[in-house]
Amino acid sequence: MAMLAGFARSAVDPRLARELRAEIEEFHAEYCAALDENRLEDWVSFFTPDAVYRITSRENAEAELPVGLVYCEGAGMLRDRALAIAKTAMFAPRYLQHQVGNIRVLGVSGDGIVSAQANYLLFQTLVDEKTTIHQVGRYFDRFVRAGARVLLRERHCVYDSVLLDNSLVLPV
Amino acid sequence: MPDDGRKAVASNRSLPRFIWPEDGLTRIPDWVYTSHEIYEREVARIFHGRTWNYVALEAEIPRPGDFKRSFVGPTAVVVAREQDGTIHVFENRCAHRGSEFCRAHRGSATEFVCPYHQWTYDLSGNLIGVPFRRGVKGEGGMPKDFRLEDHGLRSLAVTTRNGVVFASFAADMESLEDYLGPEILADFDATFDGRKLKLLGYYRNTVPANWKMYHENLKDPYHATLLHAYLVTFGLLVAGNKSAMIVDARGRHGTMASARGDDGPKVDQASKREMRAFHEDMKLNDPRILDYVKEFDSPWSVTMQTIWPNMVVQRELNTLGTRQIVPHGPNAFTMVWTMFGYADDSEAMTRHRLRQGNLMGPAGFLGLEDNEAMKFVQDGLRKSMPGEAIVELGGTDEGTTAKLISEAAIRSMYRYWRDVMEL
Repeated sequence: MAMLAGFARSAVDPRLARELRAEIEEFHAEYCAALDENRLEDWVSFFTPDAVYRITSRENAEAELPVGLVYCEGAGMLRDRALAIAKTAMFAPRYLQHQVGNIRVLGVSGDGIVSAQANYLLFQTLVDEKTTIHQVGRYFDRFVRAGARVLLRERHCVYDSVLLDNSLVLPV
Repeated sequence: MPDDGRKAVASNRSLPRFIWPEDGLTRIPDWVYTSHEIYEREVARIFHGRTWNYVALEAEIPRPGDFKRSFVGPTAVVVAREQDGTIHVFENRCAHRGSEFCRAHRGSATEFVCPYHQWTYDLSGNLIGVPFRRGVKGEGGMPKDFRLEDHGLRSLAVTTRNGVVFASFAADMESLEDYLGPEILADFDATFDGRKLKLLGYYRNTVPANWKMYHENLKDPYHATLLHAYLVTFGLLVAGNKSAMIVDARGRHGTMASARGDDGPKVDQASKREMRAFHEDMKLNDPRILDYVKEFDSPWSVTMQTIWPNMVVQRELNTLGTRQIVPHGPNAFTMVWTMFGYADDSEAMTRHRLRQGNLMGPAGFLGLEDNEAMKFVQDGLRKSMPGEAIVELGGTDEGTTAKLISEAAIRSMYRYWRDVMEL
């Protein structure tokens, strides 16, 4: 069941779906590497200039409540977040690791926008503390083609984990 | 107050280990934040005592039958709207075996049925059904003198003001208006001015720190320019701006208020020199996040209100929210953020509020730093020789002050706290 409006599954030719899934999997690997290696300014380069990016709870998503823990309209806001976190924010040092799986191609629209979904796990390790699962969630994505690669025009990170442990410092 | 014998004993026996430092309110001993005995007394005397506790916005339960799970201190309650529109708050604990029967954050119902043995309650918390009450074929069942009306859910006193719902375990509380006092009510009414609210969503996070630290953080204007480099870097807080830390007559509530000049955000040269983290060359690519649409009958562009004991009202420019503090022992609490706008907001205004929401919440530029700093403090208290905090900025002043570099409001809070706690 797609819980975000507009992400219902439509028929996609299986061969096309396999090709796209491979491309999207590569995208996720590079995207997660940028975040896990703390390359925040690179993170912005995975989005189109008009991208929408939101991290929100499943509770909000299912009730169609629009807030985001992070809510960005456009690459300018994404860049501002990357800079603010990198240059002004105070937070404890941490390692983060993203794991992405169960990639599903949900649909391809006439103008080539690919809707896709994937599950993610975000592990966080703080100094002198055990590694914890910081978030369990799903990406609801819309990709557009930009030359040899795909870019995100829309990403909703919808997490099941009701209670966030203290703070979410870096993007998901 | 709940008639829990064990808790009553813990809350009243003398606690000789807990002697306040001789320096008075300029020192706060660690045990205030770390002791389980102190915490139990706080639950009994503060959260279950003579306080109005924030439990809901009416916009969350707009129709008859709507309900939400909520908390008064650590105690689970249900907030429900009856058919006639009245709001009831009762414990989320079946009268039979104590099961926490309401498991959904929000919903709509005609009655509440405990899933264990199907004891059934109406929307006011009255017990209306006990299966097999007369037994089977005359065998078993409840004694003849068992009266349903004696076994309803424990109900709390309820009051509302302009769409905000409060509850109290004390049956004879003063009015909310008297409880808040005129200084606090003025800014509360600027945010909740009677316009219908529009729910925008929730954040929920746990903070590994004592619940009072959240109050103190918002009674401490000193930290704002130092911890929050974002505020100064992008000109949201300028030392010359009009500001105040307003405290009610009893010392328990507060409003941290500031007013931005008409010419928008301005970077303050004096603060820049004091701040280690300031970055001269940083500019926002999308400065809409700092826009301020004047929409309030108030001289302040920002008011952060701490409503004792469990509520924060956030009016940070145009991003609005309530925060509910749910303590879990001395060392942790859950924070429930309910973000809202007004029912008559345009689509553009709603999106402005959502964009500006990036300042606050557990991933907000300011919000995440507060949570990180409070964890640092609790870790420090728990992993060191017992000590005490220095709360001496502004000398021994208490109460309302226009000075930013002052801890007067924290001292006021502890004068009140010590009185209630008899410590």
